[in-house]
Amino acid sequence: MIYLDYTSTTPVRDEVLKSFIETTKNFWGNPSSLYKFGVISDNLLNMARDQMRHLIDAKKYEVIFTGSATEASNLAIKGIAYENRKRGKHLITTVVEHPSVYHTFEKLKDEGFEVTFLDVEKDGRINLETLKKTIRKDTILVSMMYVNNEIGSIMPIKEVGEILKHHHKICFHVDVVQALGKIPVRLKEMNVDLATISAHKIYGLKGSGALFFRKGIKLTPQQIGGTQEFNLRAGTVDVPSAVALAKAMRLALEDIEDNYHYVMKLNRRMRDILSKYDEIIINSNAEHSSPFIINCSLKGIKGETFVRAFEQRDIYFSTKSACSSKVVSPSRVLKAIGLDDDLAMNEVRFSLSHLTTNKEIDTFEEVLHDVINELN
Amino acid sequence: MLYDRILVKYGELTVKGKNKYTFIKHTIKTIKEKCKKFPKLEFISHYERFYIMLNGEPHDKVIHALNHVFGLHSYSLSAKCKTDLEKIKELALKIVKEEIKEKTTFKVETKRADKRFPMTSIEVSKNVAAHVLRNTEHLIVDVKNPQVTLQVEIRNEGTYISTKEIKGLGGLPVGIDGNGLLMLSGGIDSPVAGFLMQKRGVALDVIHFSSPPYTSISSKQKVIDLAEKLAYYQHHDKIKVYDVPFTKLQKAIYENCPKSYAITIMRRMMYRIAQSVALKNGNLILANGENVGQVASQTLHSMYAINAVTTMPIIRPVATMDKLEIIKLARKIGTYDISIRPYEDCCTVFIPENPVTRPELEKCIEYENKFSYQQLIDECIQSIDVISVEAGSPLQLVTDDEINHLF
Repeated sequence: MIYLDYTSTTPVRDEVLKSFIETTKNFWGNPSSLYKFGVISDNLLNMARDQMRHLIDAKKYEVIFTGSATEASNLAIKGIAYENRKRGKHLITTVVEHPSVYHTFEKLKDEGFEVTFLDVEKDGRINLETLKKTIRKDTILVSMMYVNNEIGSIMPIKEVGEILKHHHKICFHVDVVQALGKIPVRLKEMNVDLATISAHKIYGLKGSGALFFRKGIKLTPQQIGGTQEFNLRAGTVDVPSAVALAKAMRLALEDIEDNYHYVMKLNRRMRDILSKYDEIIINSNAEHSSPFIINCSLKGIKGETFVRAFEQRDIYFSTKSACSSKVVSPSRVLKAIGLDDDLAMNEVRFSLSHLTTNKEIDTFEEVLHDVINELN
Repeated sequence: MLYDRILVKYGELTVKGKNKYTFIKHTIKTIKEKCKKFPKLEFISHYERFYIMLNGEPHDKVIHALNHVFGLHSYSLSAKCKTDLEKIKELALKIVKEEIKEKTTFKVETKRADKRFPMTSIEVSKNVAAHVLRNTEHLIVDVKNPQVTLQVEIRNEGTYISTKEIKGLGGLPVGIDGNGLLMLSGGIDSPVAGFLMQKRGVALDVIHFSSPPYTSISSKQKVIDLAEKLAYYQHHDKIKVYDVPFTKLQKAIYENCPKSYAITIMRRMMYRIAQSVALKNGNLILANGENVGQVASQTLHSMYAINAVTTMPIIRPVATMDKLEIIKLARKIGTYDISIRPYEDCCTVFIPENPVTRPELEKCIEYENKFSYQQLIDECIQSIDVISVEAGSPLQLVTDDEINHLF
């Protein structure tokens, strides 16, 4: 099998799974319990938080463990919006956000918030001047992703953070799901107030995510019950997943530079291979994108047909992002960077990993040749 | 606080004839050991009792220590004054005013050890009660069922007044007559058995059988936590735990013997190991939490077949108690909540579906001869992990090393 869909999900690392199993077996006490065995679990939880804070320059941030990045983003966006609705009703996000963010804002819009969905340039990045002009006195939240999951574009988060530094009332939420473990993520340095991460995108477990937020920030809880997770997420905390997430994060950041350079080389090879065919148009901007993602549009070939042809040869990648690929409509993100409906409809996404080998790329090259001939 | 001393009365040990002095010495030594954090305490021995002069040390901590000492009949915080009626009345009133704030029924009880005192006990009680009633508003006399009994004890060296007598644990001072080895499983019964052994003055070491990796670190922690509760009753506040890794032997039993006999033979192996450990370490008896008829291995047939492997005396303090009685004691000594932690122990890991309730000794021997168990027993004994557990400083099995690799 050749897997070129690491943006959708990743295989779990043995070490991470081992931590999960050992914690499950040995320290399965409820961290909310007062007796010693529960206290060990609570210690583990705090060690996990500490390690995670340390890894992304977030010393003075709280960490809440969630069941997914989607849940973390929901908590961040709704939590800030509802908590601060009396101070302002204006929210800012972008048109290229992941559905977990985009649709949350759409819902808030329905509920009476004013939401500005910022457009992006051809490279998938927002215009900073436009952002500045969009900020109002009653703006309470800006939320955008660091790396776009569909085209890999990298948002100028640090620059946005600089701008927002001067607006104390505005909270800055960043979905760093596709950035973590691939490019440097440093919350304090980037002046980010809240950040969403996911475990299964960094060779961790599914069903596990986390929200970082600066200490002192108040959120309206989205799940009511016990007092777990600072009263913000009721429900018994999943300690083994938390420990496994902390481990996955450490390992993902360990070789981040080497992996980046390695994948960058793979990316160049892929681009060389793909650009040989007139039927393929590369959408990911070479300069401002994560090398881990290459998005293309197909001319005269349906995205789905193309994916199925490769599937028959045991090679896997996505047409549109996995979270929205069941919906047949032109890609919102590709339309946002100026593509017409036809191109935006027939999209494929290759995503790479440090696990991807040059040999796999060789095979892909041969198969691509065959598939294009076959489909023409 | 008006109370400046604790008056301690001995229990059963007062009747021990010539050995009395040894017992008392041992008891005081035990209390001193348990109170060594409070160096200002003074111990004054006086016939059938002794006084602990507080000298400003925290009385609640000292009482807590006394609550874990066997051999005491009772103890009470008390104050002393001259044996003079006016002084007695004055002190009684002061104490009542300070100790009793709410509406309370009371009576005065006087003991006149010093018969030279010109009034009878009843006269003293009446006088003191009248004085207290005249000068307070919230007290009502009730001689039959009072909430508080003000005790006045007239002795020639002075008069002692106290309001609350705490009943001691009774029994005999721990460690006076050697050590026993307690087989501690992690269940509800065996810690109670241990406590009852200690009550009769037997200091304990503990042996536990674990089956890693089938039993988790949490089940070992559980045993340590149980042992810590028992350590409070030891004369030196410490208890030694022999943790026997039992897996290999257990597996051999299951491979070589019929499943229905596995538990019987497993228990026989445990007794063999316990006996060796006891003999090696100077424990004169074995003790355990067996309870007649409770489970398959505790029927009379089972006990007969299992007990046959040892020659040492085995004491089973809870053998004839009902489960509810055992649970009551377990709650009292604080082991119940630990015992019900739901971890697998070596006895629950491999439970056959139909354990034999009437095992035959001959069959046990026959099955055991199918494999060389002695070698496995020796291996078990060689790989024992000895853990020293101290009351009040619970041992955390999980060290940083064990946790750190998870991250």
